[in-house]
Parts: sequence; structure tokens; C-alpha cells
Amino acid sequence: MNTRARTPLPGRAALTALLWITAAAYLVPLLVMLTGSVRSADAVLDPDAPILPRIGDAAQAIDNYRAVWTDGTTDFPTYLRNSLLVALLSTIGMTLSSACAAYAFARMRFPGRGPLFVLVLATLMIPSTVIIAPQFVLFKHLGWIGTFRPLWVPAFCGGAFSIFLLRQFFLTIPRELDEAAAIDGCSRAGVFWRIILPVARPALVVVALLQFIGSWNDFVGPLVFINQPHMYTVSLGVYMYQSQHGQTPWNLSMAASVIAVLPVLLVFLLAQKAIIEGVATQGLKE
Amino acid sequence: MSGRPDHHARTARSAGPPVAGSAAAFLWLAPWLTGFAVFLLAPAAMSAYYAMTDYSLLEPPVWIGAANFAELWHDPLFWKACRNTVYYATVSVTLGAVLSLCVAVLLEMHVRGRGIARAIIFLPTLVPLVAAALAWSLMYNPEAGLMNRALATIGLPKINWLGEARWAMPALIIMGLWNIGTAVVIYSAALRDVPRALYEAAEIDGVSRLGRLWHVSIPCISPAILFNVMISIIWSLQVFGAPQIMTEGGPDHATYVYQLSVYEHAFRYGRMGYASAMAWLQLLATLGIAALTLALSRRFVHHRGAA
Repeated sequence: MNTRARTPLPGRAALTALLWITAAAYLVPLLVMLTGSVRSADAVLDPDAPILPRIGDAAQAIDNYRAVWTDGTTDFPTYLRNSLLVALLSTIGMTLSSACAAYAFARMRFPGRGPLFVLVLATLMIPSTVIIAPQFVLFKHLGWIGTFRPLWVPAFCGGAFSIFLLRQFFLTIPRELDEAAAIDGCSRAGVFWRIILPVARPALVVVALLQFIGSWNDFVGPLVFINQPHMYTVSLGVYMYQSQHGQTPWNLSMAASVIAVLPVLLVFLLAQKAIIEGVATQGLKE
Repeated sequence: MSGRPDHHARTARSAGPPVAGSAAAFLWLAPWLTGFAVFLLAPAAMSAYYAMTDYSLLEPPVWIGAANFAELWHDPLFWKACRNTVYYATVSVTLGAVLSLCVAVLLEMHVRGRGIARAIIFLPTLVPLVAAALAWSLMYNPEAGLMNRALATIGLPKINWLGEARWAMPALIIMGLWNIGTAVVIYSAALRDVPRALYEAAEIDGVSRLGRLWHVSIPCISPAILFNVMISIIWSLQVFGAPQIMTEGGPDHATYVYQLSVYEHAFRYGRMGYASAMAWLQLLATLGIAALTLALSRRFVHHRGAA
């Protein structure tokens, strides 16, 4: 691969510059969010204000974040707790059940395996928004409206992308490992628990991280299924904070947005490479 | 991809009687099968029934046959929502495909620090939609927003991005282009998979760099292009969050997209039957468009290893 890097290319510098300009442009909205969150309400709307935050903004920043955090009508500590609860539960459920299904697809022979796997992949094509209205009716009949269950129970049934990703990984695990364990008296579940899961840890981590982030970021689910303020997730809290106040000052809604972004950003910084590689495997499907 | 043929050979000599094996397999698949039946199939079936009823959620559904569909046919807002959604999907899928391919090609140039550039470009896909929508609303602020400040520096007049009917949809489309990270990452991986030998052969034949991109890279990664385009068609037809948060379908219904209409009928007007009829048409249209794309793509998508 590196041989190509040595080839002199006309315009290479220009293309490199273009790449970095693009990357910088992709950071701008996040910078706008950060800067907005440390300014006074008037300064945010000042067209001549500097674009980047300054050290002098620190005092205003503390005021803004404190105002959002403990405002009488919002309760971000509770929203964070709710989001964390839902995200953790759905992460556990998604990882475990997807691993079970992926194990069956990767290691067992049964009639209809091929068509069933195609069916799993086909559900990837049906976005949740299409069936969210009838799902609401279903959850209403089940008595789940007013609980967090609509947000995490479905995750315990696994998801198409997670099953696909784990299956791909399981297929790369040498079958000799299973067979050796089976000879040693390991049951099917034992092989799964003691061989497959430990070896597949990197893939499980990717599935878990993506589910955690997806659940944390979910907007439509909480919007439709959650109706009491004390059960708001962070996304819903930020949205309601913005929409109910009507004229919410920009600096405060930006501070609320930063609070919503920070946990995801932290996860991404810690596991950037694994997440990107996991997402890239989607395209390997044929 | 790599382990596939090998895998089939291995399953063939899989140990254990097949009958007992298949019962066990379905046990392992039970969570997914249950979820598929309960959370997908059942709601879909229910909504097919509701589509034929007048259902307010408060009282039991009343059968009205195809009346919902007849009403949709005569509802100008329904057609407006269709047009808006097709506009959004067509432009954003096209621009998104071109931009994400260009960025992926730039990323595969082996520039120093490209890992950081890729991480930065991927990051927006992980930002909570609500936070992204609010940040972009501020960017589009007519007075102090960065978009208009940028226009002013190059001497262009201010635009009332989200406040003017003809600009609101372009504003949402531009914001959507911020989220190409997933496609970029998939293209990057596909580009890295292109056999070096093909480039070398083309180089020996005197094909220019741009020619190599067009005649070697693009055909080789065409399955990834098909995948990304399909996914982005399907998702852009369901666009909901950004218009809901940023414009609520306005101004003057310029960003009133299909899913917004479904949401309003179901949860604001309490017309679950009407909303279900819309959702079913949407599902059928989406599947139809996806099938059409797949059929058209057969001429363009090149599957390596098939020859």
C-alpha cells in the first residue's frame, strides 16, 4: 500500500489541503455549539462576536451550565440517569440476544437458515419510524406507555446489524476451537459462553458501543413513548427545553446540547478505531 | 466475505444429528424470532387493519374500508408531503453519494494524519440529532448565524435560511450532508479492498489517475455504492427529526415531509387509521423504490469473483 504514497502526484498538496478543509468544516457545527454555550444570550446573536471561545468566557460558561443544570423546569441529572438506564439495558439486551442469533447463523445447520438470514438483513431496510405508530398502539395495549419498556425491551430481541456483524466475526473463529471444547465435554451453550464470546470480545464491544450510542441519541422513541417530564431522556429533555420555552436563549440550549453530546464524544474518543471499523463492515455485505 | 465459501464447506461436516440441531438453533434464534413477530410483524399487521378504520386511540377502531385512502387522494397536504419528501430524498441522496465518495477518495490518499480527518468526518453521525438540529438552527440564524456570516465575507446577501419557504429545504439538505460519515467509512473500507494489481495494470497501460478512479475504483466498489445509496434512499424517505425540531414543517409547509405528516395525524390529531394508511403507502413506496434501484443497478454493479 505504501508504494503509492511515494508516487509523486501533481496537485497532491492541493488535495491534502482540500481534505483538511473538509475535516475542519465538519467540526464547525460542534464549535458553534461549544462557543454558543459559553456566551451571554446577547453575545450569541452578535454577528461580530469572535467565532471561537475565549478564556474570558469562563465565568459566563459556568453561569450557563449551572442555569441549564438546575433550572426549575428542567432536571438534567434525572434525564442523564434515565438515558443511562435505558442505554445500558438496551445495550445488554442487544449484545446478548444478537450474539445468540449470530451463533445460530454462524455455527448451526437448520432448515431455512439462508432465507432466515436474508429476512434478518431485510429488517435493516425497514426503518423504525414506519411502524412506530402501530407500535404505540401495541405498547398501549401492553400497558407499557408511561414506562421505559418501549425503549429497551425490543433491544432484548437483537437487531439486524448487530447479528450481521457478530455472525461475520464468529465465522472467522476456527471451528477447531469449538470441536476441541466439545471433545472436552463442553455443551453447545458452554462453547458459546467459554469459547465464542471471549474470542469475539472486540466485536461484542463494537456492537455494545454502537447500541449504547444509538440508544443515547434516540429521539423519535422517547418523543413518542415517553410523556412524563420525570422520565425524559437527555435528547427529549433538550428538545422539550427548547420547544416549551419558545424563546429559549440560544446560549442555554447550546449548553444543554453540549451536555447531551459529551458522553457520546467521550465514548468515541475512547473507542474511535473500533467504532469506525465496526461501522465499515456494513458495506462488506453482498 | 473472505470466510464464506470456506464456511459452507465446514458446516457440511458439522457434528450432531441435524434434527436435534435445528431445534437447538431455533432456541438460539428465539429472542430474534419473538421480537420480529411481536415488535415488527404484529404492528405491521395491526396497522394494515387500522388503515381500513377510523381509529382515534380513545375509542375502538371503526371499519370504514378504503375511505382513508380516498381521503388521502383528495388531501392536498398529502401530495405536498409526497413532493417535499421526494425533493429531499432525490437531492440529498445524490449530493450525499457524490460528496461521500469524494471524501473517501481524499481519505485514501495516504495523507499524514488522515485517521484524525476520518474521525472528525465520522463524528457527526454520533452526535444526538436534537443537539445537531439546535446547533444547525443557530448556524442558520439570519442575524448572527455562521452561514450568513460566511456569505457576508464573500459579499453575498443574507439568507433567511429556515424562515423562507424556498431556502428551508436546502438548509435541511445541507445539514444532512453533515452526516455522511457512515457512507465515507464504508467507501474507505471498500477502496482499500480494491486489488493493487488492477491499479498497477492500469498504470502500465497509461491510464491517468482520474481514469484509474473512474475505470478501476468505481467499478470495484460498486457493491458498496449500491449499499450506501439504498440505505440513504430508505432513510431519506423517512426523514423526520430535523424538520420536526428545526422547522416543524414550515414555513408554509415547505419542509412538511411525509413522516412529519404521519406523526401529526397519529399523535397530534389522534387519527391512527389515517396515519396507518399513510405508513403503509410509505412502506410500499419505499420497498418499490428500493426494488427498482436494485433492478436498475444490475447493469452497473460489478461483483468481483463472479467472473
